[in-house]
Amino acid sequence: MSQPIVPQKTYILVFLGLIGLTILTTGVAFIDLGPFNTVAALAIAFSKMMLVVLFFMGVRHSSGLVRIMVVAGFFWLALLIAFTMSDYRTRAWTPAPDAWSITAPPTHP
Amino acid sequence: MTEPESHAHPIGMAHQFEDLDQQHEADTLGIWLFLVTEIMFFGGVFAAYAIYRWLYFAAFEGGSHILDIKLGAANTIVLLGSSLTMVLAVRSAQTGNRRALIGFLISTMFLGAIFLGVKAYEYDQKFVEHVVPSLDWAPQGDALAKLAPGGLDHAQIYFFFYFAMTGLHAIHMVIGMGLLFWLVLRARKDSFTPHYFAPVEVVGLYWHFVDIVWIFLFPLLYLIGGRY
Repeated sequence: MSQPIVPQKTYILVFLGLIGLTILTTGVAFIDLGPFNTVAALAIAFSKMMLVVLFFMGVRHSSGLVRIMVVAGFFWLALLIAFTMSDYRTRAWTPAPDAWSITAPPTHP
Repeated sequence: MTEPESHAHPIGMAHQFEDLDQQHEADTLGIWLFLVTEIMFFGGVFAAYAIYRWLYFAAFEGGSHILDIKLGAANTIVLLGSSLTMVLAVRSAQTGNRRALIGFLISTMFLGAIFLGVKAYEYDQKFVEHVVPSLDWAPQGDALAKLAPGGLDHAQIYFFFYFAMTGLHAIHMVIGMGLLFWLVLRARKDSFTPHYFAPVEVVGLYWHFVDIVWIFLFPLLYLIGGRY
């Protein structure tokens, strides 16, 4: 087969890393970092995801075609969230005219 | 009637492929295509969560503080453990160790069952605390004190997300456990070889994906706004 057999030790080390990051993210929740609590939680979750994707799901040994599909999937998810949030966050910047207060446009003879 | 030598396929190889490597590439690509649709499926819920968390942050923080952070963290470790046994199951299939394969598959199911059991207990606690949106929404005492600052109606939205997200995740796990059971049956019939174990690998990829969803659900639901 094209995929190498990864030593058991590698998987166990990755697992221990994941446990460590779980303990870290839980611990960080008890420290007041202000808005950086969310940043830290997401950064740790992202690191854990990368460990699972690269080692457990074996993407580091996958072909370019599989890799580009994985990246495209997460890229599209990022687009979904980024554009949705940018819409909601900026809606109030340009107030829409209050339709009820607008007088009828002048009529030209 | 035996097939001519030039047309014989290795065990598990379908007729349309050149060789097992090509079939393996197609299998991996196929399951990843499915997982990409799953990313978008869960992604929609995550995007909705992002909007409401931004709109009603105080309510989400209050709701988050009702959840048991210890149970959440313990369950995360149980699920990560099940991912380890799953990857070791795939490795056992690669090395042709059938007994280890069956053992690791059963361990994965066992850890999955523990996760779902803890989840069921947590769901039950929500009924005890009357924080189930629509069905049993009457927070009192401590729960009320935590939820009141963010507004009870908005706190209800948090619990809608809690049940929708963890519920969807739990359904995926139940399906995954069914697939693991099917793999155990097939492994007992000795249908996998070191050259053909694609079903084990494909179910493994699905199982790890479900694990990744939980990796994000844990901080997003249990760790909002900190516990200091």
